[in-house]
Amino acid sequence: MISLAGRDILQSWSKFVFTGMGLGLLIGVTMSMAGIYRGMVDDANALLSNSGADLWVVQKDTLGPYAESSSLYDDAYRDILGMPGVAKAANITYLTMQVRQGQQDVRAMVVGILPDGPGEPPYLVAGRQITRGHYEAVADMATKFNIGERIQIRRNQYTVVGLTRRMVSSGGDPMVFVPLKDAQEAQFLKDNDAIIAQRQRTAANPALNRPGVPGLLEAVIASQSQNSNVNAVLVQIKPGFTPEEVAEPIRRWQHLQVYTSTQMKEILVAKLIATSARQIGMFLVILTIVSGAIVAFIIYTMTLGKIREIAVLKLIGTRNRTIASMIMQQSVALGIIGFVVGKIVASFLVPIFPKFVLLLPGDAFRAFIVVVVICVLASLLAIHAALKVDPADAIGA
Amino acid sequence: MTKGIRLEGVRKRYGSGETAVDALKIVNMEVAAGEVVGLIGPSGSGKSTLLKCLGAIIEPSGGKMTIGDTTIYDQGWKIKDLRALRRDNIGFIFQAPYLIPFLDVIDNIALLPMLAGGPNGKSRESALEMLAALDMSHRAKAMPAHLSGGEQQRVAIARALVNRPPVVLADEPTAPLDSERALAVIRILNQMARQYETAIIVVTHDEKIIPTFKRIYHIRDGVTYEEAGEGREY
Repeated sequence: MISLAGRDILQSWSKFVFTGMGLGLLIGVTMSMAGIYRGMVDDANALLSNSGADLWVVQKDTLGPYAESSSLYDDAYRDILGMPGVAKAANITYLTMQVRQGQQDVRAMVVGILPDGPGEPPYLVAGRQITRGHYEAVADMATKFNIGERIQIRRNQYTVVGLTRRMVSSGGDPMVFVPLKDAQEAQFLKDNDAIIAQRQRTAANPALNRPGVPGLLEAVIASQSQNSNVNAVLVQIKPGFTPEEVAEPIRRWQHLQVYTSTQMKEILVAKLIATSARQIGMFLVILTIVSGAIVAFIIYTMTLGKIREIAVLKLIGTRNRTIASMIMQQSVALGIIGFVVGKIVASFLVPIFPKFVLLLPGDAFRAFIVVVVICVLASLLAIHAALKVDPADAIGA
Repeated sequence: MTKGIRLEGVRKRYGSGETAVDALKIVNMEVAAGEVVGLIGPSGSGKSTLLKCLGAIIEPSGGKMTIGDTTIYDQGWKIKDLRALRRDNIGFIFQAPYLIPFLDVIDNIALLPMLAGGPNGKSRESALEMLAALDMSHRAKAMPAHLSGGEQQRVAIARALVNRPPVVLADEPTAPLDSERALAVIRILNQMARQYETAIIVVTHDEKIIPTFKRIYHIRDGVTYEEAGEGREY
């Protein structure tokens, strides 16, 4: 038997291809949306895995530095180091801010780290790790900083000594690693006028500037100008211990909140990017419905244009299922053209997006199945119209 | 008569009660195998209704219809699969050729035997035979849009006859053609009718071809009357 659908497509291939390309642009955008969600989840996973931590010790009753404000005294890590099963513990700070480079600003997450501790970028694509105690930085490639360039964080200048890749915050901002002390200072550093004003206020306070207590005012001012807080302590555990075994005593004896990797992932994926995921999900649903409606409309219109031919086909004895199959095959063919174009479009769109977009082969396969199912469903309206055609229409009134 | 078609007292009523319309009151027809007859009548006389009844597209309200030795209707359809009945026993030629625009000439014709379950190769062979009989072999691979009106009508004739149906119904087949081409179509129909032992009923208003029929059925107000035609040479 001749493939009626195939012949019809060959006869009007340009119409099919151009319609398929239009549909493909829509499918490409839909696939990119799914890729954006995948990219967000992957960013979250990269954030956790690149930190090298097994446990996150954070302020009690908070969800940790990625989801909420968390503040710990920077000596807490010493107590944690003494807990059973702890191999390494290191303070860390996170602060999302504008990092200045020349005349440009780059939004980045500034991470304060200790050399060789958990939290240090696990690999570099160029340069070296931070070795000096101050004013060196390792930046993610997404910042577009180069080795040797000077960047400004608050009032201080830093030299970029290393570059890393895929080190981004859960929001997709590239990370800039600086020494912990610098990061702590950056979090609380005030401008000169504010510091002078605060010193004057302190000196004017008789309780803090007693005539008979030499050195008190200086001590108070010194305590006001330094920050002894960090956002979290990252912990690596010894072999043979499970994360929960180590976490439980820290929770009980240090009165701190401890999260394992699994729990932190849950916080990032289920809480932090949940709203964005729902937003993207909503977009996906709308785009899917729009794609389906477009396919249905196109196939319906094409079928209406062939009513007389369908009447003739029915009159000469063509089975309903042959006609239905012809329409469905055309719809699916349109969908396949659209999918191929969409996949190409999505692949070209990925590098343009400012945030990481991840197109998974599994998602592409699922998208293909969804496209085929939508096309099959979209063809039902046209099939219904075709099956209603009276063979007598071929003869006329 | 072993082939051909016979209608006895065929009636068709649309609607019921006071609004009922008797489109066909008494239709008696008999067309032998190899014969071409004309069916003539004014607008609203019931020609189209009769054509639809003959084509097993609508069900008559009474009477009897026989194709060859097989009764297809006798106070009800005697054949369950009307689609197969049309495909295998009745060929259709329309006023416009209504060829399938996305199939070439040979496949437009071969489609019918293929629909009947014939293998593609054999179906195309049958189609080529028909084209050869109609002197259209050279246009086998042409698309319908590239054919002239007369060529399209010849392809439509080939399509109607390719399954060797005992009956062919032609609805104004010469209307869009000039005299010469119209007479050529009638010549082909007569030749095919004889060659394939097919009974051909030509519904027409075309004054150019009416004199060519040896027998004519007139239909008026749903009633048929038989009349001898001129049978003029063409």
